[in-house]
Amino acid sequence: MSDRPARNAIEVRSVSKIFGSGEARFAALDRVSVEIRENEFFTLLGPSGCGKTTLLRLIAGFDFPSEGEIFLHGEDIAPLPPFKRPVNTVFQSYALFPHMTVAENIGFGLEMLGKPRAEIEARVAQMLKLVRMEQLAGRRTSQISGGQQQRVALARALAPQPKVLLLDEPLSALDFKLRKEMQIELKRLQHETGITFIFVTHDQEEALTMSDRIAVMSAGKILQVGTPWDIYDKPAERFVADFIGETNFLTGTVDGIANGVGRARLGSGIEIPATIAEGFAPNGAATIIVRPEHARAVKSGGHLAGTVETIVYFGTDTHIHVRLDQGDVFTVRQQNSRSQSCGFEIGDRAGIEIAADGAQVLRD
Amino acid sequence: MARRPFDIRAQPGFGFIALITFFALYLPIAALVAYSFNAAESLSHWEGLSLRWFVSAWQNTAVQDAAIRSLMLAVWAAALATIAATMAALATTRTAPYRGLTFKYAFINQPLMVPEIVTAVALLIVFSRIKVWTGYSGMGYLILAHTAFCIPFAYLPIRARLESMDLTLERAAADLYATPWKAFRHVTLPLLRPAIIAGFMLAFVISLDDVVITEFVKSGGQDTLPTYMLGQLRRETSPEINAIATVFLALSVLLVTVFFFVNRRKP
Repeated sequence: MSDRPARNAIEVRSVSKIFGSGEARFAALDRVSVEIRENEFFTLLGPSGCGKTTLLRLIAGFDFPSEGEIFLHGEDIAPLPPFKRPVNTVFQSYALFPHMTVAENIGFGLEMLGKPRAEIEARVAQMLKLVRMEQLAGRRTSQISGGQQQRVALARALAPQPKVLLLDEPLSALDFKLRKEMQIELKRLQHETGITFIFVTHDQEEALTMSDRIAVMSAGKILQVGTPWDIYDKPAERFVADFIGETNFLTGTVDGIANGVGRARLGSGIEIPATIAEGFAPNGAATIIVRPEHARAVKSGGHLAGTVETIVYFGTDTHIHVRLDQGDVFTVRQQNSRSQSCGFEIGDRAGIEIAADGAQVLRD
Repeated sequence: MARRPFDIRAQPGFGFIALITFFALYLPIAALVAYSFNAAESLSHWEGLSLRWFVSAWQNTAVQDAAIRSLMLAVWAAALATIAATMAALATTRTAPYRGLTFKYAFINQPLMVPEIVTAVALLIVFSRIKVWTGYSGMGYLILAHTAFCIPFAYLPIRARLESMDLTLERAAADLYATPWKAFRHVTLPLLRPAIIAGFMLAFVISLDDVVITEFVKSGGQDTLPTYMLGQLRRETSPEINAIATVFLALSVLLVTVFFFVNRRKP
């Protein structure tokens, strides 16, 4: 097994998890394969029920795959119980032990590993410092705030220096401001400890801002794995494009594909250059997407034409919804200036000019 | 405070019925307690306040003997029943539901359902046979019998607690390298402690109070307090009985109070 490249912290190979049988049979994970690199902040992103938490539980060892293998640094860990895996979890509910102090919680893993008392104490002190909780070491976990409980849960999971840290929607219980703070805190902790983080969330913004790479999941499958930039700018499938950010979906035809780029002919008959998703099979109609910020509303000309339907002011920018002559609504997002309005009124005719690198063709 | 439309307290006659019920429940007990301080030789004739029957009961070696036996029996039976109940509660809650689980609940709780007299007669027959075979006629039979009928009383609070306990805590312990035994020892058991104490005390009181099964199972000279009192009533009646019963009552009230406070305390 040691010939496996060491740079993968976790390698999930064709893992399925089936619940129930017969008519109630349900595949929470359907032959999922993914490689998570060492020192990576890797996010499993998807709506609830997509299987992301199931995958996390399989890596933690709380459940076992129906089929497939899970490698940790080249070693198959799928059959091991959780207490034999050098992997720790930050639970959504934190799951702090209510009968122990903050320090006892943090030291629990090391104590279970049978480390000497002096080493445990030193490590707990170090962890308390890392999460800036030195003052509260002697408190009961019921006597500290939600954000502090979150930090204790993090410190407790990091204290035994796991090879991989699993985070199951750890920020979902926090309010907006605290969540923003913890996002930065998590990035800092990951950077300082150098531990591989696997982060589960349904919040696309959280995923985009924190991750090195993201796996977008839906209905028990991983649809696309890539950097936040890849996922946002080059979504491969409709689900990914729709789940992350706002998108305009257009139908058209594509030809002249070479090196991942082709010419997309829009409903208006005009052709624009477009990047092509991997696995795209040209068979007539294609779905072309354009992000609202990659298009501009213009008084005349443009690649598409329509009538302004609504204008929504957002402070930093304005969203203009244009009813295209083909029938669909196209949203354009324009940066605001202090001195000028967007220049359109409801009912105005408007053209839409798509940026030269603004179009992506999906594979489905 | 606005009353809800179907507040039972607003129904006609509610206060009256409640009053009658309380009288029926507590008047006899109040009379018993009052008469335990009676100076007279008679059970029913009042002759002024005195502690003489408490002193007399305290100095009665038969009472001392029965009291010590009762307490020993209750401690052993409650302890064994609590251990068995804890294991049963873990086995029936820390598992995915399966066919037959409800049947197991019923099976564990059967001493609550089966008439005590049936169990008593059955034990009498079985134990007398064993006594003949082994020649042993010590307290073991009583301890065993009491343990058996105490189990459901210890089981119910422990199971209730386990069911309301967050399973994630045990999962977190396992995630932090605790083997199943260590996870139990360091996480489940400390959190379960109030329920275990409550279960123990319930079992203790139930054992202390038992007459029917004890009467059938005990060998000669193995009177517990309740069977001693019953035996006394058959012969001449001494007001000592009142005094013993009052002490019994005080002990139960004390245990129930402790039980209440232990259960109320948040972990």
